[in-house]
Amino acid sequence: MRRIVITATAMILTAAASMFSASAAEKLKVGFIYIGPVGDFGWTYQHELARRAMVKEFGDKVETTFLENVSEGPDSERSIEQLVRAGNKLIFTTSFGYMEPTLKVAKKYPNVRFEHATGYKRDKNMSTYSGRFYEGRYIQGIIAAKMSKTGVLGYIGSFPIPEVISGINSTILGAQTINPNIKVKIIWANSWFDPGKEADAAKALLDQGADVIMQHTDSPAAMQIASERGKWAFGQASEMIKFGPKAQLTSTLHNWTPYYIQRVKAELDGTWKSEDTWAGLKDKMVVMAPYTNMPDDVKKLAEDTEVAIRDGKLLPFKCPVVGQDGKEVECKGGHHLDDGQVLGMNFYVKGIDDKIPGK
Amino acid sequence: MELFEAIILSVLAASTPLLIAATGELVTERAGVLNLGVEGMMIVGAACGFGGALLTGSTTVGAICGIAAGTALSLVFALMTLGLAVNQVATGLALTILGIGLSGLIGAGFVGERITPAPQLYIPGLTDIPILGRILFGEDGFVYASLLMVVGVWLFLYRTRSGLIIRAVGDNHVSAHALGYPVLKIRLGAVMFGGACAGLAGAYLPLAYTPFFVPGMTAGRGWIALALVVFSSWRPGRLVIGAYLFGAVTILQLHAQGWGVGIPSQFMSALPYLATVIVLVLISRARAGGSTAPAALGTVFVPDR
Amino acid sequence: MLLVLEKRAEQSNTVALASPLIAICLTIVTMSILFAILDKNPISALGVYFIDPLTDGYSLQEIAVKAAPLVMIGIGLSLCYLANVWNIGAEGQLLAGAVAGSWLAVKTQGTDAGAWVLPTMLLMGAVAGALYALIPALCKVRFGASEILTSLMLVYVADLFLDYLVRGPWRDPAGFNFPTTAKFDPVATVPALIEGGRLHLGVVIALIVVAGAAVLLGRTIKGFEIRVVGAASRAARFGGFKSNRVILLTFAISGALAGLAGIIEVAGPVGHLQPGISPGYGFTAIIVAFLGRLNPMGILIAGLFLALTFIGGEQAQIAMKIPLDVTKVLQGLLLFYVLACDSLILYRFRLISPSPKAHHGVV
Repeated sequence: MRRIVITATAMILTAAASMFSASAAEKLKVGFIYIGPVGDFGWTYQHELARRAMVKEFGDKVETTFLENVSEGPDSERSIEQLVRAGNKLIFTTSFGYMEPTLKVAKKYPNVRFEHATGYKRDKNMSTYSGRFYEGRYIQGIIAAKMSKTGVLGYIGSFPIPEVISGINSTILGAQTINPNIKVKIIWANSWFDPGKEADAAKALLDQGADVIMQHTDSPAAMQIASERGKWAFGQASEMIKFGPKAQLTSTLHNWTPYYIQRVKAELDGTWKSEDTWAGLKDKMVVMAPYTNMPDDVKKLAEDTEVAIRDGKLLPFKCPVVGQDGKEVECKGGHHLDDGQVLGMNFYVKGIDDKIPGK
Repeated sequence: MELFEAIILSVLAASTPLLIAATGELVTERAGVLNLGVEGMMIVGAACGFGGALLTGSTTVGAICGIAAGTALSLVFALMTLGLAVNQVATGLALTILGIGLSGLIGAGFVGERITPAPQLYIPGLTDIPILGRILFGEDGFVYASLLMVVGVWLFLYRTRSGLIIRAVGDNHVSAHALGYPVLKIRLGAVMFGGACAGLAGAYLPLAYTPFFVPGMTAGRGWIALALVVFSSWRPGRLVIGAYLFGAVTILQLHAQGWGVGIPSQFMSALPYLATVIVLVLISRARAGGSTAPAALGTVFVPDR
Repeated sequence: MLLVLEKRAEQSNTVALASPLIAICLTIVTMSILFAILDKNPISALGVYFIDPLTDGYSLQEIAVKAAPLVMIGIGLSLCYLANVWNIGAEGQLLAGAVAGSWLAVKTQGTDAGAWVLPTMLLMGAVAGALYALIPALCKVRFGASEILTSLMLVYVADLFLDYLVRGPWRDPAGFNFPTTAKFDPVATVPALIEGGRLHLGVVIALIVVAGAAVLLGRTIKGFEIRVVGAASRAARFGGFKSNRVILLTFAISGALAGLAGIIEVAGPVGHLQPGISPGYGFTAIIVAFLGRLNPMGILIAGLFLALTFIGGEQAQIAMKIPLDVTKVLQGLLLFYVLACDSLILYRFRLISPSPKAHHGVV
């Protein structure tokens, strides 16, 4: 009996709320949950840029709110719910760790839409989206192999999750097309954003003989160190050339703008559907920063590779992919590893000497 | 050998903020005051130090701003614990929280900016000596300052009358007061010195270590500095060893990963903290029945008339 | 003319009553100045922080949910602080409890375990927290090592250990290598009090703890013992109270409460074990203990008040774009003012003229 009363009350309230908001507000309220500060010049900054571009595109039709520095623990569920209660109808949660809280809140508020970045759980009113960053890393691998004099690359990883592992593998696969004996040293920062640690890791990698630094962490610290030492580095997520004008070769930029505009438009038009989007160079979700500080022939090679990937002619994970153990990995996608294999990637390719931590 | 030199340089840089902050806190604790707010003072030092350098283009001005910020916060602490006889532990914790909040507000506008890092010494001929050249003659001002400070503090505490008085105040403030020494004034000076050092140590991070500001960039170094003071049994000489040891563990942990050593990184990261606990136990056992801390550490003093 | 602090002959009762109110007023005034500097309307900001969350059923629930662990841990800490030992490691004890209880949840995952799982998890959490707290306590009692620093260092160790577990042995095999355990089974989850609401069993437990502490401190010999050991350890020895045992007991209790709070957080609002499950509850609880003046009812009120500032701060971020750092400043200031005003209970200021004898025998 109690349950009936509660459900009925909830339904009446929701109906009233939606009627009220539909008549009172013409603006669509869109909310954003950020894991870091908007000034991080990395992951969150790119989301913020996209948000601003989206606001510019739709002008008066939208009103946005963002919460930054929301930790992934119990506070995140409350923050998401507070955005809902503040009247936001479309909410973007921009970190993997928000997956369960977003799902919980989505179940509670079926009339609100949720977009979760880099996750894998969906619902009728919850979509997921991410970028094929590994495409950019393949190109970076090629450039790195061409530019490196020592044949040793330095990689600063955040956490040994598939997204990062596939990034490492893609880099090495690209590098191996230029130098089959390329070596890579990997240090795990165990954080997405820790400039002090990233700087120390970069120093350690350079000290151990690497002369090109790649990172899957968010601060420009490594770029700064590489620049100080006269070595090269790749920026991550954002343009980091300000911190390394002579050091940055390129960056894999996260460009969420087209996706955000597309989804807000769908919401405004009433055509929003739950989807799973994983787009790359072709859809401009991944964009390469201008190729700098490299000789023209390397630049041309990079540009050609980019075009080839974009047109689908070149696939970073085309078969055969040989694992660390020397055995060929099962090729589930025909000519290349399928999306599921990349999303769940839990092995290093041959040529990487390290072991994945925790295995 | 080049790798060895490179590691030593990294360790020096990583240990410097710990050494500077711990030196200041050592003097404060020697005078009998336990200031747990080191992290808060360091982080406002970082924010103000970066701001100063950003606005004037000079890292020296930045360092001065950092020192000023740390000292200002320590004055609040002094007002509470010395002026109002408030519990030192609670005040120190409140200071930390306040400091973290303030630095976030002050530094909000600085995120994403960059400055030219503090210059490093270069003496042609000397700095080029293999291995030792850069270690001895190629550091930035903060590293030299940290070492000079430790030597200075050691000389002050053990070779001057004022240093003796500070130690007396820390061991028995009642007797010191009876002898006519201005206990509260002495403690105030010690607290301010501690604040200045913490501010300078915090400023080191965005001025030399990674030349940009990030909220929370001290990342718990203030707490490590507190541990260092105890680890060193309140002796400046041991403080240097301790600071470099802690710095070394942090750096070597990363190098070990690069070499493919398979120990879980969390274990390596935990080593400095476990080491501190073990050292704490060991040094406390060395003196029967108690540690070698200043006997009046943390106790409240209100002069009776 | 000199302003000096001198001890009162007797504690002032008027100040004791007025001090929290004065502290709150001073905080409000300072915060208003801060809001003005930040270019936000002080009245609206204060309203969003303190009034709005109280007008909304959802927010009230959230305040209770957020306050529950703070109050539980705060009560435990107050026992230590009354005994004059400083447990700063509640955060680590919280994590130890979370890990221990989660072990059972992970072990029984997917099996058809019965309703015994949850109570056992909670018990294991409390025991683990207590044991973890006994490490610094024993170091103090046996070796004289500073409990402040040992308990603090162990926080980092516990945090890293948790990190290792969820990235390695306990990682959800279906979770794509992400550092989290699988979602706990329903038998391993703390039930909500009202369906669909956010209030859970933890809130009830917190209230029971408050009542228990009030009884312990107010009406039992043990409680008296704790307070005497803290206030005058030599007198305590004459009374036959062994301070070592009190130290071990208070640490164990506070560790148990912290561990219990930890496993309740994991098994309740969060539902699985992951890094960063606690947004610093162990440290915030220290503030709550002091704000509550080490008194069970006071801690309950302080916990609720602090939770109110958290919730209010989040709403202020949404409604007025006020950064979350302002909440930290507010909490720090509040603690400062409460401590300062409280010192006037024991001491007072006096204006005196400097006398000649103050100058002799000086440095």
